[in-house]
Amino acid sequence: MKRTVPFLIASVPGFVLIVAYFIPPAEGWGESVSIWFDVLAAIAFILGGGNLLKVHLRKIGKQDTGWAYSAITVAAFAITLIIGLTKFGVHPNAQFPDTAHWTGQYREVGTPFWWIYEYAFVPLTATIFALLAFYVASAAFRAFRARNTEAVLLLSTTFIILLGRTFAGVYLTGWLPDALSGLRIENLTIDIMRVFTTAGNRAIMIGIALGTASVSLKILLGVDRSYLGSGDD
Amino acid sequence: MQRTTIISAVVMGLAGLFLVFRVSTGSMGKAYVRATPQVVDAQHPEGHWQTEAPAAPAEYWRAEAAAPGQQEVRFSWSHTLGLWVAAFFTLAILSFMYCDNPVYKVAESVVVGVSAAYWMVVGFWEVIVPNLLGKLMPGTIKAWAMPGLEAETEWVYLVPLTLGVLLLWRLSPKGGWISRWPMSFIVGVFCGLRLVTFIHADFLSQIRNTIIPLTVFSDQGFMFWDSVRNILVVLSVLVCLVYFFFSIEHKGAVGKTARAGTWVLMITFGAAFGYTVMGRIALLAIRLEFLFDDWLWLVDPNGKRVVEEAASLILGSGMVG
Amino acid sequence: MYELLKNLDRRWIFLMMLLCVSVPILLQSRFPEKPTGLAQAVFDEIDQLEEGDRVLMAFDFDPASEGELGPMATAFSYHCASKKLRMYYMALWPVGPQMIDEAIRNVVETDFPDLVYGEDYVNLGFKSGGEGVIKVITTDIRQLYTTDALGTSIDAIPMMQGVDNIRQMDLIVNVSAGTAGTKEWVQYAVTPYPEDLRIVAGCTGVQAPLLYPYIPDQLPGLLGAIKGAAEYEELVMSKYGEDVMAGIYSEARRRMGPQLIAHLLMIALIIAGNVIYFTDRRRGGR
Repeated sequence: MKRTVPFLIASVPGFVLIVAYFIPPAEGWGESVSIWFDVLAAIAFILGGGNLLKVHLRKIGKQDTGWAYSAITVAAFAITLIIGLTKFGVHPNAQFPDTAHWTGQYREVGTPFWWIYEYAFVPLTATIFALLAFYVASAAFRAFRARNTEAVLLLSTTFIILLGRTFAGVYLTGWLPDALSGLRIENLTIDIMRVFTTAGNRAIMIGIALGTASVSLKILLGVDRSYLGSGDD
Repeated sequence: MQRTTIISAVVMGLAGLFLVFRVSTGSMGKAYVRATPQVVDAQHPEGHWQTEAPAAPAEYWRAEAAAPGQQEVRFSWSHTLGLWVAAFFTLAILSFMYCDNPVYKVAESVVVGVSAAYWMVVGFWEVIVPNLLGKLMPGTIKAWAMPGLEAETEWVYLVPLTLGVLLLWRLSPKGGWISRWPMSFIVGVFCGLRLVTFIHADFLSQIRNTIIPLTVFSDQGFMFWDSVRNILVVLSVLVCLVYFFFSIEHKGAVGKTARAGTWVLMITFGAAFGYTVMGRIALLAIRLEFLFDDWLWLVDPNGKRVVEEAASLILGSGMVG
Repeated sequence: MYELLKNLDRRWIFLMMLLCVSVPILLQSRFPEKPTGLAQAVFDEIDQLEEGDRVLMAFDFDPASEGELGPMATAFSYHCASKKLRMYYMALWPVGPQMIDEAIRNVVETDFPDLVYGEDYVNLGFKSGGEGVIKVITTDIRQLYTTDALGTSIDAIPMMQGVDNIRQMDLIVNVSAGTAGTKEWVQYAVTPYPEDLRIVAGCTGVQAPLLYPYIPDQLPGLLGAIKGAAEYEELVMSKYGEDVMAGIYSEARRRMGPQLIAHLLMIALIIAGNVIYFTDRRRGGR
């Protein structure tokens, strides 16, 4: 029962969606399943937030190492959540100006929630991703070694792309005559992408498609039930 | 004293002096807003309320030059504080490149908390209220938060509501197993969506896209390089597919073909790395642009602080806010 | 020199990267941009549309990728507004609505004040579910979108009259940072309905190579990374921009300056790393 019911819950909507592709009258069922999925995806955000709260409150309660940082996380979470959910400082919908503030836009410019987004969320998330530029440089110095033919091919291609996608490529080989324009770095870049990158990624895509179809079928038919867990609880 | 401590102290000391100098001369880190009245009507000629949107410093200087003491474009303490908070967070994250430190950890903790809450707020107001609660009790939602909503009650939405509640049960210390039901629904939907789509878009369509003419002709006649290109594409796809065929041992002719496939894949990965580098650097560039432009006022690529000559004469008399 | 490089603290590399990106920004270095085939294809797809044609502007990115994709979103909005196309903004990413708000505020409201919200452009907002959303809106958009992002009933918006699903769009313009993004739009919208839908996209450098297999049959044009954005900016501003280097419409071209120097640094680092490797091998160190 504990494994049969969830298996059926997985299998039936999955087959409904497949059938909906081939039988137009069943399209409405497929639509309904997709809409429920979309709603569930939003509730998953709440699950994520709740889980975060659970983990960090436990850490604070047990006073584990670094619990002070958990307290900061919980505080930032709580402040953002309360301001966002209560639409603090938001004005009513302009089309209904005499209604309460609940009708307004939660991310209205100039409100506290917008302030948190603009001056905390954006700089923090954007800068965290910006750190990758440093790591890619460090990795290039430490790890990229031309040990064999394959590595030489990879590095040569990298050089061509790095030069070809900037003005350096134009500057270095711009002097080549039109008859040899195909050897200009920027044109080599285009040909590498159009031929080899397309071909390589196409082969990978075909492999992934077959793998995805196979795994999906195994799950829907109940051959693979790993998503149901071990069944110990 | 450790060398890293000395370096940190020297760098921060110099930076601090620079900031004090720039702030004292009014040459950085100020934010201005434009107040715009909303919903102006006969009973509310000044508008029901005002919204404050960020404005460029030059807008403020021009407005002051035209009408000293005007309040339409004004200095904003909250936005200025926000600008400095944003700069602090940016530098805090970047400080990790020197060494792990408490300031970075504080910033990291804040981003985790703010991100999770932000997504929850978005999910609630953009999806749960209109697409779940708005379907189950449209009258209440219309009266409370969405006066523009026109919908009938659809009881079938009790299904996703129930699944959602079961999903949240995962947080409970007991009975968390019930959350497998909505998780199974999600897994099943993903499988159903992807099975046909991947076969259609990523398998059949890709095979079709690979069936291209090996000899290309146009109005100008035989196109040699286009033909070479097409032949290379077809051959490259085939050799890569042979490489991925692990059911046959890669020996002899198959081995040589697979080796060619490896070479094509290496070129693919080299190109991917080149593009990845490109992407990462642009992300760093925008953060440094924020620091140099919006905060330190060292560069002005968008002309946010360019003022016409007449206004600058007035500014020279000390009117700058 | 060899010992110095071999034992180089990686923080020196970080500092080099910081300087390579900072100095061109401070010097405001700019280089000429020559558009290539794919950027031209994106431009032509949008440019061939007529006034009043419907364009679905799917902005599926967040502040973390704004460095690459922000200029694309700006240029797309400017191009479509210049041609007076009817723009339907939506997002599959939770922070996408903020990106839409910025594009509307900085481009449409600032430089095209004669365009009317609800008649020339509309912001439909975000819906969760990724490919699930695409699946629904290709058949019935009102199942998910009952109001726009401002709370106005969909049926009260003039430009939504007669729009039952996105197959009635003349073009999809997608700016994508990952999943859900261009791949999902191609898979769930364009491939099943090739007669009804066409798409052009701008994506991050990481994603671009993965989308090349779809070109040109399923994806006629693609802007890859900041270079693609710079090329497209050049095309749009050359034809429609009065001042081709004005402010926000030259962001991508400005960022090519740091790109060039940083790329040269990357090449130098790879060469230096290999010099150390081969020197080690020659000395029998490995």
